Amino acid sequence: MSMRLYVSRDAGALAVGADEVALALEQAAAKRGVAVEIVRTGSRGLYWLEPLVEVATPQGRIAFGPVTESDVPSLLDALASNTPHLLRLGATDEIPWLKRQTRLTFARCGVIDPRSLDDYRAHGGYKGLERALSLGSDAILTEVTASGLRGRGGAGFPTGIKWKTVAQAKADRKFIVCNADEGDSGTFADRMIMEGDPFLVIEGMTIAGLTVGATKGYIYIRSEYPHAVEAMNAAIQAARRGGYLGDKIGGSAYSFDLEVRVGAGAYVCGEETSLLESLEGRRGIVRAKPPLPAHHGLFGKPTVINNVLSFAAIPFILAEGAKAYADFGMGRSRGTMPIQLAGNIRYGGLFETAFGVTLGELVDDIGGGTFTGRPVRAVQVGGPLGAYFPRALFDTPFDYEAFAARDGLIGHGGIVVFDDSVDMRRQARFAMEFCAIESCGKCTPCRIGSTRGVETIEKIIHGERVSENLALIEDLCNTMKFGSLCALGGFTPYPVLSALKHFREDFVPAPTTLQAAE
Amino acid sequence: MTTPYELWDEARGAEIIAEHAQQEGATLVILHALQEAFGYVPEAAIPMVAQALNLSRAEVHGVFTFYHDFRHKPAGRHVLKLCRAEACQAAGGDALAARAEAKLGVSLGNTTADDRVTLEPIYCLGLCATAPSAMLDGRLIGRLDQKRLDALVAEAQR
Repeated sequence: MSMRLYVSRDAGALAVGADEVALALEQAAAKRGVAVEIVRTGSRGLYWLEPLVEVATPQGRIAFGPVTESDVPSLLDALASNTPHLLRLGATDEIPWLKRQTRLTFARCGVIDPRSLDDYRAHGGYKGLERALSLGSDAILTEVTASGLRGRGGAGFPTGIKWKTVAQAKADRKFIVCNADEGDSGTFADRMIMEGDPFLVIEGMTIAGLTVGATKGYIYIRSEYPHAVEAMNAAIQAARRGGYLGDKIGGSAYSFDLEVRVGAGAYVCGEETSLLESLEGRRGIVRAKPPLPAHHGLFGKPTVINNVLSFAAIPFILAEGAKAYADFGMGRSRGTMPIQLAGNIRYGGLFETAFGVTLGELVDDIGGGTFTGRPVRAVQVGGPLGAYFPRALFDTPFDYEAFAARDGLIGHGGIVVFDDSVDMRRQARFAMEFCAIESCGKCTPCRIGSTRGVETIEKIIHGERVSENLALIEDLCNTMKFGSLCALGGFTPYPVLSALKHFREDFVPAPTTLQAAE
Repeated sequence: MTTPYELWDEARGAEIIAEHAQQEGATLVILHALQEAFGYVPEAAIPMVAQALNLSRAEVHGVFTFYHDFRHKPAGRHVLKLCRAEACQAAGGDALAARAEAKLGVSLGNTTADDRVTLEPIYCLGLCATAPSAMLDGRLIGRLDQKRLDALVAEAQR
């Protein structure tokens, strides 16, 4: 009987040598005459343990990590003789970091072979679509609305209302668009799910199409994610072969097909109207709203545009019912959020949990503080447009409203940890600099404000008229916040103002004690 | 190492354009395909794309220049991209970028005089839990440190 091993093919695992480990396992096993089958999965999301190697046993999977090529011979020895190994982590499902999560969206990620439709179906895949086909449009809308699901891209708009608007719109064609332009630093959940469980995204989009009466969907993936592009394309082809895309999907009277389109390195295309412009083959210039994409979206037609994680949450909601999802969470934030722990962090990775967990629990307890071992000084939550939080605000619960109440946002759920060596003036300048590089140029506050912001923060860094320039920055941020057309210019003030407010000491030089000259 | 790209050829360019021109909103798709074939988007291709899609040259030029990915001339033989976004900054990426610039003698966004290496910033590879990260000719590298960076630079210079 051959031994079955699992090694991730997720980009994050490849970046730390998963391919080399898989190859070494194959070669070493062949040399010993041991039959092995290596299944390339997505990542479990425990990145400090990658490359993670799992072995199938009658008692479930046993994990080893982080494995390097040089560990391979001793690992095979231990497996052959069933003796202990230094890298043995025990049963994968019992690893505390994984066990304390609530994986509804990421249930299959890292478990199944993302290229195999059979594997997806064997692990509960397409149950959501089956139920959706039996329910029909109105009942699906009721479920999605009752689940309380809000857009996971960052804006948090109720998904049910968006879908209902498109369902009610009259048009000859409608579209489903998946925003996979995950450009926020510190976020990688979209990438992980596309690489590790791509059929889930396809299933979610198919249900959306069925609900609103759209027969064509696009997945717009950023060019920085070549592995995700490859995985989605492979899954789309497999779904077509299996009768889950194309005409008469799943044996129904309904048709739906998907196409992957690749971005070209513009951050602003993560903004939904800019993304639609880009999909139409134009410069990614933001559109004024209204009209909403739900009425006047891709090629002028009613369009559902949602983030990858929003679509990925749908199959569970349909398969298990709205209540099963809505039972998790707090306040108006229902269900789970795949939170991404990143930057200078000891235990970084994907942590899916119900809303309500505090920032401090996430950073100190789950994330284990910094990998440099120095104290945590600041965390940026929600990408380049998110606020910097100091330790004093670590009691903030992970919830859309709670973060908004403290002048922050949860965005796409990324948390970037900085230690005490961070210079918050530089971070504030970078926020403005990034906005200047990525601004689409349509509105003045963003286009010019960001450049003026960089110049003004430079002056503060050089000690030029600090208090006046600080007042100027605050004023400029106000203009950008209220005068910009989209979230790029509108939210860039969040990191800047939060740095100013919570880390004032970095901007204002400590008063030097005046001493009488002797 | 020989370049993996074809030399610009008008007939070949026309063929690539024709292959994708029927898709809705095909401009980016075509520009990507041209760059994939030739390593950059030759200026001569812009009016050809415009003609095929019934757009003005200015419109196609506008799209071409809006996106960071599209090149107007070939890159160096190797392209080393360093992630410069916040998660990598938090993990020591600033010092590594400065080191790469010093070793190669070019600033980010430029190509060495011998055309061997193009050094570019990239804003997030999505490897934020194994930061800092880099990409050398499409190969991903995480947990970058001085030693790994030096090896990458040496590999790119070969």
